Amino acid sequence: MSAHGFKALAELFPDEIVTHSYLEDVELPDGRGGSAGTFALITLDNGLDHRRPTTLGPNTLVELGTVLEAQRERAARGEIIGVGVTGKPHFLVAGADLSAVKTLRERKSGVAMAQLGHDVYSTLNDLGVPSFVFINGVALGGGLEIALNANYRTVSTGAGALGLPEAFIGLVPGWGGVYLLPRLIGPANAVKVMIENPLSNNRTLSGPAAFQLGIADALFEPADFVEQSLAWAAKVITADITVERPNSVTDPLSEADSEAWDAAVARARAFVEERTSNAAPAPARAIALLEQGKHYTKAKSFEQENLALADLMQTDEFRATVYAFLDLVQKRAKRPAGAPDPALARPVTKVGVVGAGLMASQLALLFARQLKVPVVLTDIDQVRVDKGVGYVHGELDKLQAKGRISPDAANRTKALVSGSVSKDVFADADFVIEAVFEELSVKKQVFAEVEAIVSDSCILATNTSSLSVTAMAADLLHPERLVGFHFFNPVAVMPLLEIVQAPETDDAVLATAFATAKTLRKNAVLVKDAAAFVVNRILGRLFAEITLVFDEGTDAATADNALRPMGLPMTPFTLLAMVGLPVGQHVQESLRAAFGERFYVSANQQKLIDAGKKGLWETADDGSRLVPEETLALLDFGDRSSTAEQVLARTQDALADEIGRMLSEGVVAGPEDIDLCMIMGAGWPMHLGGITPYLDRTGASQRVTGSRFHPAGIASRP
Amino acid sequence: MSQNRQVRDVVFVDGVRTPFGKAGEKGIYAETRADDLVVKCIRELMRRNPSLPADRIDDVAIAATTQTGDQGLTIGRTAALLSGLPKSVPGFAIDRMCAGAMTAVTTTASGIGFGAYDVVIAGGVEHMGHHPMGSGADPNPRFMSERLVDPAALNMGNTAENLHDRFPAISKDRADAYAAASQAKLAAAYAENLIQPDLVPVVTRKPGQGWRLNTVDEPPRPGTTVADLATLRTPFRAHGRVTAGNAAGLNDGATAAVLASAEAAEELGLTVKMRLVSYAFAGVEPEVMGIGPVPATEKALKMARLDITDIGLFEINEAFAVQVLSFLDHFGIADDDDRVNRYGGAIAVGHPLASSGVRLMNQLARQFQDDPSVRFGITAMCIGLGMGGAVIWENPHWNGVDNAPAGSGTGTPASDEENEE
Repeated sequence: MSAHGFKALAELFPDEIVTHSYLEDVELPDGRGGSAGTFALITLDNGLDHRRPTTLGPNTLVELGTVLEAQRERAARGEIIGVGVTGKPHFLVAGADLSAVKTLRERKSGVAMAQLGHDVYSTLNDLGVPSFVFINGVALGGGLEIALNANYRTVSTGAGALGLPEAFIGLVPGWGGVYLLPRLIGPANAVKVMIENPLSNNRTLSGPAAFQLGIADALFEPADFVEQSLAWAAKVITADITVERPNSVTDPLSEADSEAWDAAVARARAFVEERTSNAAPAPARAIALLEQGKHYTKAKSFEQENLALADLMQTDEFRATVYAFLDLVQKRAKRPAGAPDPALARPVTKVGVVGAGLMASQLALLFARQLKVPVVLTDIDQVRVDKGVGYVHGELDKLQAKGRISPDAANRTKALVSGSVSKDVFADADFVIEAVFEELSVKKQVFAEVEAIVSDSCILATNTSSLSVTAMAADLLHPERLVGFHFFNPVAVMPLLEIVQAPETDDAVLATAFATAKTLRKNAVLVKDAAAFVVNRILGRLFAEITLVFDEGTDAATADNALRPMGLPMTPFTLLAMVGLPVGQHVQESLRAAFGERFYVSANQQKLIDAGKKGLWETADDGSRLVPEETLALLDFGDRSSTAEQVLARTQDALADEIGRMLSEGVVAGPEDIDLCMIMGAGWPMHLGGITPYLDRTGASQRVTGSRFHPAGIASRP
Repeated sequence: MSQNRQVRDVVFVDGVRTPFGKAGEKGIYAETRADDLVVKCIRELMRRNPSLPADRIDDVAIAATTQTGDQGLTIGRTAALLSGLPKSVPGFAIDRMCAGAMTAVTTTASGIGFGAYDVVIAGGVEHMGHHPMGSGADPNPRFMSERLVDPAALNMGNTAENLHDRFPAISKDRADAYAAASQAKLAAAYAENLIQPDLVPVVTRKPGQGWRLNTVDEPPRPGTTVADLATLRTPFRAHGRVTAGNAAGLNDGATAAVLASAEAAEELGLTVKMRLVSYAFAGVEPEVMGIGPVPATEKALKMARLDITDIGLFEINEAFAVQVLSFLDHFGIADDDDRVNRYGGAIAVGHPLASSGVRLMNQLARQFQDDPSVRFGITAMCIGLGMGGAVIWENPHWNGVDNAPAGSGTGTPASDEENEE
């Protein structure tokens, strides 16, 4: 259908920020000072600066389609020898306008949107003259698919963020990507680009990497990328250059290609199973299209892609992902709810870290690398101090060896980190954080000592995960200076920082904490001083439920795998083993002390700890995971066994109950902050929307609290 | 100090330029940075001369008359870095107003001759839209109070009117006729594809437009007649003689060239388009700066032991028609002499101040290649505040038939001395 046929769809989006298709006729240089002919160059540009990426909405696609159809007519009249598409600086196109797509209420609108993209992009392959896309910058999803649908592609060495993130977003690369990419770069590479990368923290490709894979036919530097792309296009058109595509696969497939295709599909399936427990529908749908697409014609595949896109656009998982990705991670995380005026923040020019253990050393490394100010560690003896400083220096050596930091940066950072057995070194510090044993009396004593040395304005921060910050501040001379600063392990990797405001914490201290978090490149969420704050409280409630059903008599495999449909990054018992059973048990005890019996403390977990076990599961010689008989013999079980479905429902209800309580206690500003914490602090998946959209769509919130966390349509189908 | 030091031959390897644009909001480069124009030239030179390893470039000299904003921060160094040359390649900025690029060439050529460099890049840029002539300058009040220069000397149009006063034989009609011929000669050169091969295409983008590819100069007005020119007003003086039609416009553009020692050119397999014979700069009264090329040329000829009649091709910058005509009159050359500005000149193609010197050299080099009967050529230009510059070049394609007029037989370039007894 002509692009004009989609006017009705386009009219649903009167507020779309349209990416225009500006057409300019270019006289292609023939390399000898003359012209090889007229080339129609289309620039995709929304008229805004680099802070507003160009995106694809229905109006944008109708305009592009209209311009392309006009070029097809010009080509037929012999007026042009080729057509090219490129973008405004730094962007080809950043992909479909997700905030528009998520407002599509009816399935038929989704079908129309999918169809529109296909019709417009297909024109690129049917112009009567060669088509080119010059990938000058970001090209994601539908943006990269424009390029895939053209006859030829160039890419800039300066282009970052190239990829097909649809499987991550909850869709499929359904504007031809799933059909065209495996044929262009081979099925194994295609699986990497459209399955493995999206599901690996939404990894993307650089320009050179895309060229290496065969996504682009030529690679040019940014300084004269468009000029060189045009010169290259001229040579392709005049047959002075023959394009080689060593990775490409052509129909009908050879036997070897066919086997490689099947192997790539199998690899993709295993990868998705491992990463997501198949909890989200999109990756599986993409793999199905890839698998069937082996035998499809292009037209057949495009038809199936349209159906898949329309189906997936109507899923709650897609809506929850858009909520989690756009509303939370890209927006709310950058503007923390409840943070005071940043202008109140005080400078931090020297940091003290009390303790020199592993957590303290990780903190020292992070502060020194990001704040670039002196950081001093203290501990009770020189051996511990030396070990802490040695850890930091060793990590810097590793970073340097990997080429992640320059020798100069390593030298600078090493020189910033020192240690002492005397807290006197904190005298001129602006910010002192403790990472000592998780025991209130120990922490209070530490802060009393520190307060005797530091200036009145020095901020004191605690990395406690479960103790009351209020109680810790109780005997301070200046309780307003204490703030909770709760990192997640591993400190260098996990993006979340829970900033805990005790009743007396003042705004300047809080503002400094948020400013410091930003410099540390962590996403801070403001939480009230309530035991275990957000992430550990929710995980604690989850552990309570799973350990309880296990102790009641549910077998280990059923109990531990019951949450697979949620697609959490790891099973509860695996996570407990990673955290360390004693630490986990300690947190559960604190939670029970704070909130009562709903935080079950497992007797069996204690038995495992007493027996020196590192975890419930052990790995057999053949690599399989099992709970050894001798371990089971240590444990006591009830006679009430639950099915996996029952365990899942109980856990959903428990989570809904706990989150409902947290919101009524005002632990955070809203369910959005709960979700943000679970995504960034526990790695919970976006298709759950963090957690509260999932509890809404499974009915748990309604069952337990009597109402949903979000109105329908915010993070779910309208 | 070394006793064995020898002056080395300097050769012009290659030169390119951007298409020139009209300065101002409507010009093609209104939204394009000056330094980016230089970068396009340097990168094109590197592509055109693939046997030249980037790390063999010993310096990058880029001229700009106004050295602030996108022409600031030591533009030779910034352009080198932005072009992707190795960080080990240094660069510097240079200024001699209109003769900036010419001075970049002569200064680095001197370095080559002295042995400090093997290979250099020299060029210039002026974005007169971003940097109107004289913008940001703060002339010392002593120029006025002590009458060091006539106030008119600070306005180039006035100096051109002054030159008409000094040489009453140069009428407005002659100036207009010369200007119309310049447009016609450029149009003919374009038609024969003599200009385009040394242009580097540049894409530009403005709000509400897509990328455009600029492959030709914007200023030329082919088809301009003397009658057209006669109607133009004379902005510098009522009933004056200087008009927008018989002067170069206000323009944006950049140029760059590769120079090398003869030995390095041979070692690296570089083309030799011209060989440097001599150069000179000279000062004149600032209020008649257009006469500057005359003493500069006489000086350069003397150093080369050449006579004006030995010069087979002239590339004279056309800041004003009167300035070229005063030069031709001085040396007894006809206004329409076939040896002068064969491809037209700045009146047609434009004059982005500090960039123009290399444009003259590019064109002379191409004429040398096309005309092996010519042995010597000259590039010359007038310079604001009363100066002139002249560079004499020898044609490596010269076919050995000395067709110079009688009387020039004694003329032997200084650099040939070592070959003689």
